[in-house]
Amino acid sequence: MNPAKIEVLLQTLISGLLLGGLYALIGLGMTIIMGVMKIINLAHGELMMVGMYIAYVLFAWLHLDPYLSILVAAPLLFLLGAIIQKYLVNPVLKVDAILPENQVILTVGIGMVLANLATMIFKSDYRTAPVDYATKAWYLSDIWKGSPIELSLSYPWSVSFLFAVVITAGLWFFLSRTDMGKSIRATAQDKDAALLMGVNVERMRMFTFGLGSALVGAAGCLFLPIYYLYPDVGGQFTLTGFVITILGGLGSTFGAIIGGLVLGVFESLTATYVGMGWAPVGRFVVFVLVLVFVPGGVASLLRRRRFGK
Amino acid sequence: MRAPVANPGRGRPLAVLAALAALPLIALVPGVNANYWMHNFILVVMWSIIGMSWNLLSGYCGQVSFGHAAFFGIGAYTAGLLYAKLGLSAWWGMLASVPVVGAAALLVGFICLRLRGPFFALSTIAIGVILRIVAENLVGFTGGDQGIMIRERTWVEKTWYFYIILAVAAATFWFVDRLVASRLGYYFVAIREDQDAAESLGIDTTRYKTIALVLSAVICGLAGAFYTSYMGYIDPKVVFALHDVSVMAIMVVMVGGVATRWGPAIGAVIMILLAEIIRTIPKVGTAHHTLFGVLLIVVIIFLPNGVVGDAGALRRLLRIRRPS
Amino acid sequence: MSALLEVKGVSRFFGGLAALTDVDFHVDKGEVLGLIGPNGAGKTTMFNVVNGFYAPSRGEIRFKGERISGLKPHQVCGRGLARTFQVVKPLQRMTTLDNVVCSAFLRHPGRAEAVAHAEEILRFTNLWDVRDTVSKRLPLGLRKRLEIARALATNPDLLLLDEACAGLNPSELEESIGIIRRIKERGTTIMIIEHHMKVIMSISDRIVVLTYGQKLAEGSPAQISANPEVIKAYLGEGDD
Repeated sequence: MNPAKIEVLLQTLISGLLLGGLYALIGLGMTIIMGVMKIINLAHGELMMVGMYIAYVLFAWLHLDPYLSILVAAPLLFLLGAIIQKYLVNPVLKVDAILPENQVILTVGIGMVLANLATMIFKSDYRTAPVDYATKAWYLSDIWKGSPIELSLSYPWSVSFLFAVVITAGLWFFLSRTDMGKSIRATAQDKDAALLMGVNVERMRMFTFGLGSALVGAAGCLFLPIYYLYPDVGGQFTLTGFVITILGGLGSTFGAIIGGLVLGVFESLTATYVGMGWAPVGRFVVFVLVLVFVPGGVASLLRRRRFGK
Repeated sequence: MRAPVANPGRGRPLAVLAALAALPLIALVPGVNANYWMHNFILVVMWSIIGMSWNLLSGYCGQVSFGHAAFFGIGAYTAGLLYAKLGLSAWWGMLASVPVVGAAALLVGFICLRLRGPFFALSTIAIGVILRIVAENLVGFTGGDQGIMIRERTWVEKTWYFYIILAVAAATFWFVDRLVASRLGYYFVAIREDQDAAESLGIDTTRYKTIALVLSAVICGLAGAFYTSYMGYIDPKVVFALHDVSVMAIMVVMVGGVATRWGPAIGAVIMILLAEIIRTIPKVGTAHHTLFGVLLIVVIIFLPNGVVGDAGALRRLLRIRRPS
Repeated sequence: MSALLEVKGVSRFFGGLAALTDVDFHVDKGEVLGLIGPNGAGKTTMFNVVNGFYAPSRGEIRFKGERISGLKPHQVCGRGLARTFQVVKPLQRMTTLDNVVCSAFLRHPGRAEAVAHAEEILRFTNLWDVRDTVSKRLPLGLRKRLEIARALATNPDLLLLDEACAGLNPSELEESIGIIRRIKERGTTIMIIEHHMKVIMSISDRIVVLTYGQKLAEGSPAQISANPEVIKAYLGEGDD
């Protein structure tokens, strides 16, 4: 391989990992909701879109940096998620219907409403937040003058990635170290046992849906500096989140992180070596391969190794 | 004979068919834009076919599909490509779509039917999206975003289009009716109600789910092939649309009544009528997804069995409201 | 003559846990074999392995001399081995009759024949009066019996009953015992899991005792109730 080819490959892997870190955050929100409530939230990407528009408005009006707007968007999305859970999802769970998938269809309806409301408010124009560091990057040749290849690390991508890592670590701490987090995991494992142990399952569900929404809302803020924004942007991220969840093993938080990284790298490779337009297809090829060959996702591979079987 | 396993509903199919067949007489009514109405009638009948198709797989067999656009689109593109590549009439697409869509459905089933319940539903979305992206990117084969234009229209009048789609609808109705009352229909419902129980009663659940999927897909593909000939233009965004085809199919049946005989047809009437009304009110037009979404949410919460399935509840509701 | 069902050295692991370890037993044609043991002894897992929901991790299962381990549940059922579920699984929105018709289709592909066969089964199991009731509205006792009727409609040579009598009131219990006896008289072999000691002792020809996934004892009801190990491990805990 000549240096130019290695350069392209390394650059592709770097962007893939950065993208994957952000994907992991999207997948985590969906995984948590799926784990605790056995609910699939197909409005997930639309919630992210709401987070993006919140960050966009704050940027356009107050020149608030998108990274700071996480502090506004995440709590608002938490509230929105909790309201959706309490007043829409919960009643549906109690309705006796022929198809238990009613709940999934419900979230599709919610997503449609959110996307359409965004179209009415913001029109279907493509928007970006022109932050002044948008095109800033670090170059390998700055550090190592004699480097035979040139690699660049985009400033906003790296910062977004770091934020994603910090949020993920915070979530990890919350789930494993706090009482609330432990109750959430208990509810995820066995709802009835959690009920018996005095966990308020109804409240836990509201909180979890809120938490999942806040996570994806934060992801929206992180995407704003590096992505363009339009009302229907959510749909692709809903699917991404779902593919990551399947890839990671349903309901496994660690699996979701690995799943996000794998997907990011794979998409990046597809975009470089097959063509930009095919990147989304790469996403689903991974998905199909996982379904066929690793039905339990990454989590099942890890488990298999642990038991030595 | 006793009522079959699924809610048969009431209504006389032949009487309904006769009444529908008389609809083109609307041209004789003075002052009415017959062309406009015929267009809507055609859409209603086409959507009731798509609804019946979805109802077969999802309503009766319980395998909820979010990806019927995939089958609609393959049907549409089969017709379109026969015209664009081989110079045949797009009408041949209705014949050719049967094996093409059937084979595609077998493949989809092989992949997606490994998943149960909502996970199956989600995997079907992926199939629809994959096909859209593939159709957009295989520019040399499908024409990409440009789509396919059928330059010669078979008829200027809409009457024949109407009778063709009505014939397909009648055949579909008859077929589904027979199917639901047969062993296959019982097996489908058994799989919906409890897959483990069905399996241990000797029902090869994988096989029958695949059968339901293929039958449903082929019916939906026919509607897609018809769409190409009727509209004269297709592109990936239209025929593989998630909201405007896959979710619309779900809405038609949810609103009309899941696993009911007349649900898809009634749902199609309501949805097309609603879409038209929304479209014609100025300023509200852009909000049509919001209104559809809200309608879907309301139906799921308050009429989970649709207008037909919850007819009793609906009547009671209206009766209580009336005196107040 | 070889046995109808042979379970040979069957083990089943979940992750690192052994739910069944090296279990051997057989069921002879025409008999009623009782499978007893404390909660968590692996009885239902045994049924799930025999019926094909789980493949055995080790060992094999033969039915009518043919290896059935590794087959899917519907294939096992097709070969003449039907089961009921401890936690009843009625086809909720179907009527009692339609539930049974579904399984009758296995041997009678035509609808009229399937319905006729199902009606006969409903009379046999005294469910005729509730034939048009939607099964989710049936009381538990009748849902338990519907489980039996549905399994029976597949014309099994071997019927696995998983706690078909649990939770029944005394008169329902009498009736179910009567039905099980009549099934046996028709020539259907039965393997039954039951907690009711009186039921199991009165209808079983032989009994297999499982504890912690292993076979503890095997023998006639009299032998089992006299076996000191069984008394210690199981009966000693108090008869419910």
